[in-house]
Order: sequence, then structure tokens, then C-alpha cells
Amino acid sequence: MNGAHDLGGMQGFGPVEPDATSRGGTAPIFKSEWERRVFGLTLAMGATGAWNLDMSRYARENQPPAAYLGKSYFQVWLHGLETLLVQSGLCSRREIERGRAERPAAAVPRVLQAAEVAATLARGGPVQRASERPPAFAIGDAVVANVMAPSGHTRLPRYVRGRPGKIVLLHGAHVFPDTHAKGGGEAPEHLYTVAFDAVDIWGPEACPGSVRVDCFEPYLEPAV
Amino acid sequence: MAGAHHDHSHSQAHDHGHDHGHDHDAGPDPMTKRVQALEALLVEKGYVDPAAVDALIETYESKIGPRNGARVVAKAWADPDYRQRLLEDATGAIAELGFGGRQGEHMVAVENAPGRHNLVVCTLCSCYPWPVLGVPPAWYKSAAYRSRAVLEPRGVLEEFGVRLPEDTEFRIWDSTAEIRYLVIPERPAGTEGWTEEQLADLVTRDSMIGTGLAKSPADLPAEPAA
Repeated sequence: MNGAHDLGGMQGFGPVEPDATSRGGTAPIFKSEWERRVFGLTLAMGATGAWNLDMSRYARENQPPAAYLGKSYFQVWLHGLETLLVQSGLCSRREIERGRAERPAAAVPRVLQAAEVAATLARGGPVQRASERPPAFAIGDAVVANVMAPSGHTRLPRYVRGRPGKIVLLHGAHVFPDTHAKGGGEAPEHLYTVAFDAVDIWGPEACPGSVRVDCFEPYLEPAV
Repeated sequence: MAGAHHDHSHSQAHDHGHDHGHDHDAGPDPMTKRVQALEALLVEKGYVDPAAVDALIETYESKIGPRNGARVVAKAWADPDYRQRLLEDATGAIAELGFGGRQGEHMVAVENAPGRHNLVVCTLCSCYPWPVLGVPPAWYKSAAYRSRAVLEPRGVLEEFGVRLPEDTEFRIWDSTAEIRYLVIPERPAGTEGWTEEQLADLVTRDSMIGTGLAKSPADLPAEPAA
């Protein structure tokens, strides 16, 4: 979706404000206790397997632009978590508002136990998959990023759509977020890093160099 | 987003329809109450083990952080064979030091050189290589950084106090899939013969994102008299 999360190249947010950790000092990772808990709860609920990472991202970004931009980072996470709990049938909106169960729990595939945390994090969730199809592009190939405006989740940022680029890295086939986010299965697609010349995106005033974007094969066409 | 609002983050509860001008004497603020209620519900339903939630938080607050990445970079500086493995298969090379897993399943290392500077961003959310850098700082997740890193990297770097020569080639890596990028900063001059441990003290978190450079030996605090 063309949502407010797709921030690349937008202007007007003001300067970046590095914190003390960028000057060699220390700063807490979380600004408040509720942020700590939202972080932990989001990871713990993710580990149940009731939804996948792409669904999580879509639940966070699928908001009216003003609502998304008006939230702090962990408010966006909380919004995403609440949305997924309701969508998956694990909790009702009323239960979330009241903080009390009003009906029996639904079955979840797993419940992460404290003793399993270290091993679960160390395992992670690799998304590279075998593919029977060879990659359509090779390093050095000239491509153009699709012009598109899909209604669901996608990982092709607006600022490169329609721009010419060159393949610089091949990553094999990876789970395709656009399909995975809507429960359509992993549908692996070849993944490439594409270098877009900064001038082709931003015009002649651009800083010299390139912006490199990880693009799935369906996002790309050969340059003619 | 956090960057634009960080100075009044707890007043943003209007997004959830709560009263804006809450009173601190009236108990916890609306966000705290809401999250406490949610945790109570998830525990009551048996979906989460609160001890597992504690362990997840504790892991990223105190166990996994940029010291891991600093060890990787220091080893790459000190050991040319390791550097080569890191550039060819970063996931495998990083696993040699015991780091890997969540949000670092597919790593790529990119190397700065004279005239070439790498900078990592996630314009769409906040993708970041957790096993080597920990969880991202607030500014990395801010709208200001996410919007501007791709458009005006030079201006962003100046906000971090970094000025590069005018003709520097910028390579901006937007982490739009599950590939996570680690910048190998240039090794500072005057560090010939240093051990990996000594070198690691020069590797800052920001130098591995690209918003900073490695420290020079002169930046280190003076050796305490032994």
C-alpha cells in the first residue's frame, strides 16, 4: 500500500536527532516501561506462530497516514499487535479495551517459554528457500522497477518505482512478503539488490552515489 | 513518529481516544494502563509466559548489542582471511564468532574505502541487524532518518558531526527485504599491530550503520596507570 510508512525521500520531518549513544554515551533502549513491555509482548506473540512477520509489518503500516505519523514508534507496534490479536480471533476488541478475558482462549501453535528464549532467538527465522526456477537476472543486468500501487503489503518503496537500476547482488529465493502478508503462503521469489543511481531518483542535485534496494523478482522488468 | 515527537511521547495517547490532558496523580498514564491491561489479558488467556517476555526484553537490554558487531569488524581489520570471508558470506563469518539468529539470518557486510561511504537505513520500517548491533536506537526508527537517509545522506551525516569530502560516493542500503547490512568502517591510522580487543574499542555502533566513523586512537581515554 502507498502508506505513510513508505518514508523514503519525504521532506519536512526536520533534522535527525542523534542521542547520547551516538556521542559515545549511554541511553536506555526503551523510554518507558510500557515500551519495554510492548517490545517483549510483540516478540512473544510473534513466537506463537499465530501470524508471520510480513503480516505484522502490514498490520503496523495499514493505517490512515495521519494516524501512523501521529504515533510514536512503539505505539505503532502496539497498534499492530492489537490489530493482529483481533484479526486472528485470539482476542476481541472488547477484551483488549477491558483487559479481561470474556471467552475461552483460542488455540495457538506454540507458547514461548522463558527457558526457550535464547535458543529461539539464536535460531531466528531464515526466509531463504529452494527454488526450481533459475533467477531471471544476473549481476550487472539493467532493470527497471515496476510502476505499481498495490492495495496490500509490498516492500518496493515508492521512490524507486519506474526508475532504472542495475543488479548488484543475488540472494537466492526468499519468502515473498506481498503474498505472505495476506496469508497466501511463502511463494518464494528470487531476491536481488538493485543499485539505483541517486541522480535517476532525485535529479541532478543528488549526492553522488547510489541507493541500493532489495527487490524481489516480480518488482523488476528488464530494461529495454 | 518517534523522532518528531520524542519530547512528548506519552501525550500521544489521543490516537487511542484517551483524554489528552491526563493527570499524573490519577495513576498510571493511559499508555501504561493500556499495555498493562493487554499483558494481563494475554497472560490470562495463556498466550504468553510473562517470564518469557522478561527474558526477551532482558536479552536485548543487556546481552545482545553493538559490542558483538565491534568484534566482527575488529577481526576483519586484523585478519585478512576473515575479512574476505565476511565480504563473501557475512552470515557464516559472523556465525564463526557465535552471533546470529533473529534479524540477522541473512547478513551482508559492506566496506568503506577512501572515497566510498556506506550508510544503512530501512525506509519502510526499522529493519536492523539485531545479532550484531542489538535493537535500533530511536533516531534510526525516526521519520527524519528514514525519509532523509536516501535523499540527502550528506546532510544526515553532518547532523552526526561527520563531514566527508565533496566527491565521496555514497552507497545507501535500504533494507527492504530480510537482508541485514553491516558497514565495515575504515580502519583508523596509527593502529598497526593492535590486537582485535584493542581495535574493537574503536568500533562504534554508528560506524557500523554508517552515521559515524571509527574512533581514532586519540579519541580513546588515556590508559590508566597500571
